[in-house]
Amino acid sequence: MKAAAFDYVRPASVAEALELLRRHGDAAKLISGGQSLVPALNLRLLAPEILIDLGGLDLRSIAMDGGVLRIGALARHVDLLNSALVAEHAPLLALAMPHIAHPAIRNRGTIGGNLAHADPASELPAVMQALDAAIVVEGADGTRRVDARDFFTGIYETVLAADEMIVGVEIPVAEAGRRFFFHEFSRRSGDYAIVGLAAAATVAGGTASDVRLCYFAVGDKATLAEGAGAALSAGPMSVERVAAAQAALAEDLSPQDDQQGSAATRMHLARVVLARATAALFDDPALAGRTAA
Amino acid sequence: MTASVSIKLTVNGETVTADVPPRMHLADFLRERLSLTGTHIGCEHGVCGACTVRLDGDIVRGCLVLAVQANGAAVETVEGVSDSGEIADLQEAFRQRNALQCGYCTPGMLLTAQELLAREETPDRETIREHMSGNYCRCTGYQAIVDAVETTARARAAART
Repeated sequence: MKAAAFDYVRPASVAEALELLRRHGDAAKLISGGQSLVPALNLRLLAPEILIDLGGLDLRSIAMDGGVLRIGALARHVDLLNSALVAEHAPLLALAMPHIAHPAIRNRGTIGGNLAHADPASELPAVMQALDAAIVVEGADGTRRVDARDFFTGIYETVLAADEMIVGVEIPVAEAGRRFFFHEFSRRSGDYAIVGLAAAATVAGGTASDVRLCYFAVGDKATLAEGAGAALSAGPMSVERVAAAQAALAEDLSPQDDQQGSAATRMHLARVVLARATAALFDDPALAGRTAA
Repeated sequence: MTASVSIKLTVNGETVTADVPPRMHLADFLRERLSLTGTHIGCEHGVCGACTVRLDGDIVRGCLVLAVQANGAAVETVEGVSDSGEIADLQEAFRQRNALQCGYCTPGMLLTAQELLAREETPDRETIREHMSGNYCRCTGYQAIVDAVETTARARAAART
């Protein structure tokens, strides 16, 4: 299908973009890479009166600043995939990147656009929460930093006001001893996840601490499984502790039925991937009920 | 009614200027305004890969880029990379291996494969499959396409030594 007609404007600065947003309000949509927005336009799920194209803004840098990795909102997925800084300081993000769509889409899609879109099946909202990232938002009243855990409020919904835009993210650099795991189940490489998990933990002396388990495609937004995380870090790791964490997922997650899978299937897969994550984080296949190869 | 926007870009090395409605995507622009019908349109929402073109050297979905967003950019289509001879060996390998039947997906397959071949000397079959995973083919079952890409990779590697 073809998109409905709209006007188009390409601001030269963040200030100009914000002024346009203020003027047009809900009649406007921001476009960066457009890899989620243009399909929605073509399918006429959205019909804004005007598109504000952020493509001319200088928001593409990836840089270290003290203990923080700063990523501009317009950094493309391929930029993150190929970034040595991301690989070194945010390895969980590097692990997730190949799972995001396909090369031709990664060449266009941006981190800011992805986060603002807030697709519950998307990888990046989960990675941002697992890494304790902040999402940097600019509006008429200046800049604010929103904890990624507070940013997403529902399906395609965030705390962004109609006159605000994402300008970047800030990720605390990975501490020594921090370990990461990323996996998603999908029908075809690059397709929407049926269940996915981004995980981070500190592992020492057979015990996990500061466990972050952020699930996506399970429920209406990426969700930190706090009960399961607490269960995993309650004492020395064992098969029984993994089972307790798996049981805790019943309280943490609210999986949905859809054409990709039933709620029961999703809960099962969430438990399977939790065991695999623990096995990987502890480098012990037995924790996932497997024998060493 | 919304206002048209003037754009100027290069397509297969030639400078093009046009007035386009903002909603027109790049694949429609190439096909309808420039008669470059090698860029095919399948799903029109980014799933099938038939509309793959190069934008400033990177492959993109032609249906997910607005023509106005290509203002100032360099676009290359399958006509361009075919006429230049850049993918002559890949096209021949597709023919030899029967890597196409109806041909609808082929332009997108060629451009996608060429991006991988330009980056990796001899990708294994799994890497080829992963790279091509965003391009649908409803005829071949993909095996022959992977064969053709692998054959081309090996032939190019051999030619370099």
